[in-house]
Amino acid sequence: MYQILSIKGTINFLRHALPISMLSLLLVLGSLTSLATKGINWGLDFTGGTVVELEFSSPIDLEILRGKLTSVETDGAVVQNFGSSRDVLTRLPVKEGVATDTQVAQVMEAATALDPQVIQKRVEVVGPQIGKELAEQGGLAVLVALICILIYVSFRFEWRLALGSVAALAHDVIITLGVFSLLQLDFDLTVLAGVLTVVGYSLNDTIVVFDRIRENFLKMRKSSPEEVVNTSITQTMSRTIITTGTTLVVVVALFLKGGTMIHGFATALLMGIFVGTFSSIYVASFLAIKLGINREHMMPVEIEKEGADQDALMP
Amino acid sequence: MLNKYPMWKNLMVMIIIAVGSFYAIPNLFGEDYAVQVVATRGAEVTATTQSTVNDILASKNIEVKRSELENGQLLVRVNNGEQQLLAKEAIIESLGDKYIVALNLAPKTPQWLESMGGSPMKLGLDLRGGVHFLMEVDMGEAIRKMTEAKMSDFRTDLRGEKIRYAGIRNSAKGIEIKFRDEENLGRAERFLKTRGNDMVFRDISSGGNYLLLANLSEAYVKQVKEEALQQNITTIRNRVNELGVAEPVVQRQGAERIIVELPGVQDTARAKDILGATASIEFHMVDEKADAAAAASGRISPSSQVYNRRNGGQVVLHKAVMLTGDHIQGAQPSFDEYSRPQVSINLDSKGGSIFSNVTKDNIGKPMATLFIEYKDNGEKNPDGSIKMQKIEEVISVATIQARLGRNFVITGLEHAEAQSLALLLRAGALIAPVTIVEERTIGPSLGAENIQNGMQAMIWGMAVVLIFMLVYYRGFGLIANLALTANLVMVVGVMSMIPGAVLTLPGIAGMVLTVGMAVDGNVLIYERIREELRNGRSVQQAIHEGYGNAFSTIADANITTFMTALILFAVGTGAVKGFAVTLMIGIATSMFTSIVGTRSIVNAIWGGKRVKKLSI
Repeated sequence: MYQILSIKGTINFLRHALPISMLSLLLVLGSLTSLATKGINWGLDFTGGTVVELEFSSPIDLEILRGKLTSVETDGAVVQNFGSSRDVLTRLPVKEGVATDTQVAQVMEAATALDPQVIQKRVEVVGPQIGKELAEQGGLAVLVALICILIYVSFRFEWRLALGSVAALAHDVIITLGVFSLLQLDFDLTVLAGVLTVVGYSLNDTIVVFDRIRENFLKMRKSSPEEVVNTSITQTMSRTIITTGTTLVVVVALFLKGGTMIHGFATALLMGIFVGTFSSIYVASFLAIKLGINREHMMPVEIEKEGADQDALMP
Repeated sequence: MLNKYPMWKNLMVMIIIAVGSFYAIPNLFGEDYAVQVVATRGAEVTATTQSTVNDILASKNIEVKRSELENGQLLVRVNNGEQQLLAKEAIIESLGDKYIVALNLAPKTPQWLESMGGSPMKLGLDLRGGVHFLMEVDMGEAIRKMTEAKMSDFRTDLRGEKIRYAGIRNSAKGIEIKFRDEENLGRAERFLKTRGNDMVFRDISSGGNYLLLANLSEAYVKQVKEEALQQNITTIRNRVNELGVAEPVVQRQGAERIIVELPGVQDTARAKDILGATASIEFHMVDEKADAAAAASGRISPSSQVYNRRNGGQVVLHKAVMLTGDHIQGAQPSFDEYSRPQVSINLDSKGGSIFSNVTKDNIGKPMATLFIEYKDNGEKNPDGSIKMQKIEEVISVATIQARLGRNFVITGLEHAEAQSLALLLRAGALIAPVTIVEERTIGPSLGAENIQNGMQAMIWGMAVVLIFMLVYYRGFGLIANLALTANLVMVVGVMSMIPGAVLTLPGIAGMVLTVGMAVDGNVLIYERIREELRNGRSVQQAIHEGYGNAFSTIADANITTFMTALILFAVGTGAVKGFAVTLMIGIATSMFTSIVGTRSIVNAIWGGKRVKKLSI
């Protein structure tokens, strides 16, 4: 049998926990600073406005197109390539007193003047009201997700672990958002979906480690909490690497092959998977230790005979 | 004995996977070019229509692959896109405007499969192109209309009861009814309270001012809003039908929004014109006592109002509405004996009886047709919503010649006006104006591109994962790969089975992601088995422990992911909802295939035998 990691004995993960979690904290603070100063480059879904995606019959000079878009209706238009040099995305802000249809017509007029064979591939118009509502709902969704998880993990495991996992998730969400803010990437609805998926994925990782911690607390009766956590992380390490690897492979495939419309989604996941894997060890477990998790906390689970009724369901 | 599944369990696994695969099959067949015929009001698609259509097509030498009559609509499949267009034109020409003829793509699912409920996944607009509109109903206007109606009721009711009032007006606080003395106020309050629970009354008299304040009750406001939304949905559905689109979606979202999806539509301007036109019609009696000049300068009875005429001039009408456009069942443009354009209208039975009653008492008197339209004039309300301008015009004044019943004509229109009025009337009136707050148009080429991109990502990701699992876990890897493939087939099968599930681009991304994450279950189990083997357990023990110990981990990990997907489903719209659905289905099927499915194979191969070494 091959082994990606052939681990002899137990790796002392927690020895590096303090400096690494300091680094984590720094990343979170950095992200928060970026969010506070640069903010998020909210996409059309959240701000409202008009997006027109065009396909020209030959590569086009964006400067010339920009020069053509000079009317009042198209003032403030952002023009950029989208996927290839023939594909162009124009984004126009909401304009007081200007019908969006007029904006779209103006863009088409300018584009047709440059290339009569231009194709209008996509038009999206979102009212500012809708965008505002969506942003509120999206924020609320992430919050509700975190609270539900807090409740579920407290119920299934223990509150210290629950707090650890929620802290880890908040860590992942903040850093993912931070990167979007720092690079000023467009944050649209699919990115929000990506962020929520990151929450689910990262939690997956954390739960696997916690599950082992719970089991090992009952098995390793003489060991200290640190030893138990180290052993648990070591034991689940190869699984973590393999699953992270396969998920990364498909997300990279999505990023490279999935097309421009889900680029943001793939980007969010790509970053989320990295920080998510890392945080399940250095944020979730470390915090639980700092909160004083020990063997007694795991005992009620044994009394409830959690495992017993599970086995009955088992094949 | 360890690691032996009872027969029923193996059977169950096989049956579930077989059912899942069976319903995934329809996705393999592709689509036929088709023409869809639906009847509008008054007409019906029957077997006769079907044979007529078949005859028309035969006479044009268009080969009919299959012709189906189902749920009052006819679907005719032809061989290619060229014939599809020819067929559409030929059918429109001979069937006339009582039918909507739309281009469609019909799944090529064989009939035997279809009869067992098999159908391919539905594609979202981002994958097949089309327009998505989100419309908002102006509830303020619906309430305002209802308040007006109530004020008019109060006047008639109080007069009928011989209760004297000094005036009724609509203020910011509600409807204020003014009385000269306390006695009349008391009588009015007692009387009005017996007239149902729609209104809440409050005595706000002060210092010799006898005022009764009436407000719509909360429950009634809710009811009015609900009715406004429902009626608008019905009306928009009718209007969408006028567009001749195959399989349009008109659906409510929340308390005051409506989603409209028109697959394959590219001409958004026309779609918007028809959907957004909030025109309605009302019939009013002309106030003959009023002097137009005096009225124009403001001296006018409170129950009357001055309106502009479309072809110039003004006319004073009674505010009371004799009949609204809601009762109009059909409207056709036609010509009278002097070749002047007119619109013939027929009403529903309720409208007919109302109309016959009011016209009976008014023979010889002039009646006006008031056309009301809301237009987007580019201005915005402070909250960013679009301000609609109300345009009211009298389009005709005609003397009632005789008691009118369910059928009558409106004259005095231009030809084009008669045409568009007839179309709008036929489509029904919107009770409150709607505005388009979100619009997304995806071109058909982009849709095809999106599918292709998604499939590419899926193939690449899947290939790498399959190869890795095979190399790394060998025998068990092969089993995991079988489970992974079965899982993907089942996701497709379940998506095809659920009527409301729609495949979107993020949905494809969800499937790709499922491929990457679904191996997690097996990785957890296999790593556990390896661990147990390292710890010196026997092969059978290791398999048993591996599956047993990994179960609660997999369950916990997946339930939490499922929860986030569920939240995503709750807040997401359109494409994101599609993602959440695929993710949820993927989690459920992958748990089944990776835990129960692989166990069944593992047990069959290694279970209960003397095995020295496992291929893991």
